[in-house]
Amino acid sequence: MIRARQLGKRFGEKRVLRGVDLDVARGAFAVVTGANGSGKTTLLRLCAGLALPTEGELAVGASRAAVGYLAHEPLVYRELTALENLDLYGRLYHVPERRERIGMLLERFGLWEVRHDRVVSYSRGMTQRLALCRVLLHGPELLVLDEPYTALDAAGAELLDAQLTELRGAQTVLVSTHDPDRLAPFATQQLALA
Amino acid sequence: MTYAADVGALARKDLLLELRARDTLPAMLLFVVATFVVFHFALPAHSSQLAASGLLWVAILFTALLGLGRAFVPEREQRVLDGLVLAPCDRSAIWLAKSLATLAFLAAAELVALPVFALFFHGLGGATVAGVVLADLGICAVGTFLGAMAVVTRARDLLLPLLFLPLAIPIVVGGVGASVAGSPGRYLGFLALYDVLFAVLCWASFEYVVTE
Repeated sequence: MIRARQLGKRFGEKRVLRGVDLDVARGAFAVVTGANGSGKTTLLRLCAGLALPTEGELAVGASRAAVGYLAHEPLVYRELTALENLDLYGRLYHVPERRERIGMLLERFGLWEVRHDRVVSYSRGMTQRLALCRVLLHGPELLVLDEPYTALDAAGAELLDAQLTELRGAQTVLVSTHDPDRLAPFATQQLALA
Repeated sequence: MTYAADVGALARKDLLLELRARDTLPAMLLFVVATFVVFHFALPAHSSQLAASGLLWVAILFTALLGLGRAFVPEREQRVLDGLVLAPCDRSAIWLAKSLATLAFLAAAELVALPVFALFFHGLGGATVAGVVLADLGICAVGTFLGAMAVVTRARDLLLPLLFLPLAIPIVVGGVGASVAGSPGRYLGFLALYDVLFAVLCWASFEYVVTE
């Protein structure tokens, strides 16, 4: 699904990623670890198609429509409600039976009761749950998750665990974390960035 | 059909955001009306139609700049632009939808501003109104494109006017020409040509603006 050779990225003079080799097979669960500033987020942005490499080669076997990317930021509009945000993304991704799918995800992530509230009124954890709904909305083949447990409380983390258990093997997952032990039960491979 | 649906969904979102936040249109309205009021008292009595026409176009341009500066603020605040760029729709749909939304705000501001201008100064001719309509298209097409470029930089508030105003000079030339010339046809044609040329350029190259 993902093949990288001597992958690198520079922003002007600043080199943020260098010489990464990576092979992620279809259905694999790859965990990326590394210290702050080691290039985890940049690697994930490259794999998601948000940035272009400046060095090396990168091939991703999924179209843009088949990638779900969870960033540090939730990538949702604060002045829109959860329902309006997901409806927008559902339209852009041409999700079949959009309303049913949105309702199911909001139920699963415990946001159904607050679906008509603006995101600005959500806690950070609730916003992260909404971001997870956004990522899963279109049923992506490749999930690129940048520190997905950030801001989640115990209940939220359990929900994410359950979701990852469900996805394991069925979808390809590339996830960065500072807590590899948490993802150890799911991981099929690890990449440590220096 | 899909492209139109994508543009529709994105433009609807921008209108909804403005309806909720109300931080663009009121500012544009206040600015343009205040400008006319100030110049009404600042310009000497019996000042020429030429001077008033120039004032109209300066006011339109800076009012538009106010709206353009706000255009990508919701996307910048939460980096939502990344989410939109990742969506499988044609990336130019983001530019087109944002241009349409900005056009709607500018047109709404002008619906109030033009009668105020006519009241305070020398009235408005049909050619001037046609010029404003054509100029709005060019302003929104180019300004939205440059707004997307500027929003990812730290000096965005400075960069947008620096990039936009030189490119808007032909709009001012065409607009003032259409307002004061005896035969405004060729100036309106010039504005239409500017619109088509820059709209195609912006549409074709927007993808490169939003990719790192």
